[in-house]
Amino acid sequence: MKIVKEAVAGTLESSDLLVKVAPLADDKVDLVIESEVMRQFGAQIRKVVEETLRQLGVRSGQIVIEDKGALDCAIRARVQTAVLRGAECKEMNWSALS
Amino acid sequence: MNQEIRNKLLLEPGLEGMEMFEHFAQQAPYLKDLGQKLSRKIVATLQEAIRLSGLQDGMTISFHHAFREGDKTINNVVQILADMGFKNLTLASSSLLSCNAPLIEHIKSGVISRIYTSGMRGKLAEAISNGLMEHPVHIHSHGGRVKLIQSGELKLDVAFLGVSACDEFGNANGVSGKSRCGSLGYAKVDAQFANKVIMLTEEFVTFPNTPASISQDQVDYIVKVDQVGDPSKISVGAARVTSNPRELLIARLAADVIEHSGYFKDGFSLQTGSGASSTAATRFLESRMRKQDIKASFALGGITGGIVDLFRKGLIAKLVDTQSFDADAADSLRDSPNHIEVSTNEYANPISKGTYCDRVDVVILSALEVDLDFNVNVITGSDGVMRGASGGHSDVAAAANLSIVVAPLIRSRIPTIVKHVTTVVTPGECIGVLVTDHGIAVNPNRPEVAERLKEAGLPVMTIEELYARSVAITGEPAPIEFLDKIVGIIRYRDGTVIDVVRQVKP
Repeated sequence: MKIVKEAVAGTLESSDLLVKVAPLADDKVDLVIESEVMRQFGAQIRKVVEETLRQLGVRSGQIVIEDKGALDCAIRARVQTAVLRGAECKEMNWSALS
Repeated sequence: MNQEIRNKLLLEPGLEGMEMFEHFAQQAPYLKDLGQKLSRKIVATLQEAIRLSGLQDGMTISFHHAFREGDKTINNVVQILADMGFKNLTLASSSLLSCNAPLIEHIKSGVISRIYTSGMRGKLAEAISNGLMEHPVHIHSHGGRVKLIQSGELKLDVAFLGVSACDEFGNANGVSGKSRCGSLGYAKVDAQFANKVIMLTEEFVTFPNTPASISQDQVDYIVKVDQVGDPSKISVGAARVTSNPRELLIARLAADVIEHSGYFKDGFSLQTGSGASSTAATRFLESRMRKQDIKASFALGGITGGIVDLFRKGLIAKLVDTQSFDADAADSLRDSPNHIEVSTNEYANPISKGTYCDRVDVVILSALEVDLDFNVNVITGSDGVMRGASGGHSDVAAAANLSIVVAPLIRSRIPTIVKHVTTVVTPGECIGVLVTDHGIAVNPNRPEVAERLKEAGLPVMTIEELYARSVAITGEPAPIEFLDKIVGIIRYRDGTVIDVVRQVKP
C-alpha cells in the first residue's frame, strides 16, 4: 500500500493516539513515536506499529505517532485508518486488516 | 526600692545573680508606649520581619499548604529570601504542589538546599526526580512531620504562615477575611513549634479575632500582604470532584464494601482521603445510611463538600478537620460548632498524646500503585517520577480499623496493580481491601472481611487474579531504569525509612 497524501487518524484524548502519515520520496519508512508511557511500553508500541505497517504493505512514508497511553488494539486501528486514508484506499481488503 | 536596700539585697547570698526590680516596664518596654503596646508585632515589610526574626543561612523555614494549588505565599517568600541573599536554607513546607515550580530556580541558585515535604507534583517534582538536588528530599506523612519536629530532626527556625485575616496581635483563623482556606490544621503545628513565627495576612480585623486557630502568644511578627492564596484552587488536582463514570463505579463499590465490612454500625467513624473515587464514595453512603438508620459519630480528615453534605443532613454528628478541601468545608467550619479544626498533631502524629486517626473505623484511600503484597505507592508514578504526596495515607492506614484503597485497574495504559510498587509509602499489612473497577481484592490478613463481602455478593477475587486481568489488557510494562543517586527518602510516620526514590534514568 502506498501513502500518496497526508492523512491523520485518532485524537489526543487519554487512552487514544494521534497518527499522522505523509508520503516520502524515497523507499523507506520514517517512524516517529512519542508516548506518555514510553518508558514502560515504548518497545511494545513500536512492535505493534511496525507489525501493522507490514500487514498493510507500507514500504514508504513518514508515520508520526503521538500516544496517550492507548491499548494495542487502539494503536492498530488508528494506524490502519491513517494509512488507508493516506493511501486513498477505496476498496477494503478486510482480511488483510485483521 | 531605695539604693541602700538594693545594695544590701545584692549582698544576700540567696539572691546572687538575680536582677532587681526597677520599674514595671523594664522587661516589657512597649508597655510604656501606647502605640508600641498595641501594634509592636506589625512590621511594614516582609524583609524587615525576616531581619527581625534572626533568620540565618543554613536555617529552616516552614510553611503550610492549606491553599494547595492556590498558594501565593511559599513562592513569594522564597523569592524575597533569594533577593535578600539567603543561601543553604532547608525548606519545610507541610507539602508542595505544582504551583511551586518557581522553587526550581531557587534550588539551582543555592537558596534552598534541603527539603522536607509530604509530597510534590508538576515541574518541581520532575526536576527533583531527575537529580536537581544534591541532598535527597525527605517525604513525610502529615502525622510523621510532627514526629520529625518533636524528635528534634526537623527544627523550624522561622515559620511563614499565610492567613486570610488576623487581628493586630496575630489571632488568626482560616474562616474570616477574603481568601479563606478553612482549617489551619497544618499551620497550627508550625505556630506551636517554630522558634519565630511571621504571619502574613491579607487584612487586619477587629481584636480579638476568634476563634483563634493560631493564637497571639505564638506569633512574633505580622506583615500585611496583597494575597496569601487563592482558595478557589484548593479543589484543583487531587481534591477534584468527579463525574467520570468509572470513578463513580469504584466509589459505589467502595460504599458497598463499607456497608458490608462489619464496621457499618450506628456510631461508626470514617475518613475519605483525597482522590476522585475516594471523595465520591461519600455520595453513595447516604442511601445506605438512611436505609439502615445508621449515623456516623464523626468524619475525619481532609473534609470535602460531600462529607459536609452528609453532616448537614444529620448523618454525621461531628466533623474533625485538618484541611478543608473546598469552600463548602470552609464555610461549614466557620458556621457549625460541631465542625471542629484540629492540628496534624491531633490528627495523626504517632507519638502525640492522642490522635483522631486512632479512632477511625473505616478509611478510603487512593493509590498510584498497589502490589501483590498490598503495599501502596502514592508518591511516584510508574515512570519513576515523583507526582504525589504521602499525606495522611500511612497514618490513617495504620490506625483505622479497616483501610480501603480505591483505584482504577488501569490508567490509560498503566496498570495499577504491579508485582512490586515503585516506591512503598504505606506497608501492605495496613491495607484491608483494594477496590477497582474490575473487582475487589481483600488482604489475606483480613479473612473475616473477605467472608462478609463474599456473602454480600460483591465481586471479590484475589489480587493475583486482578493483576492477571490487567496485564492481559495492557501488556507487561517494561521495568523502569534508575540511576544510583537517591533523590527522595520516604520516611514512615514514625520517622523510620521505609523506602527511597532514585533518580530516573534520562
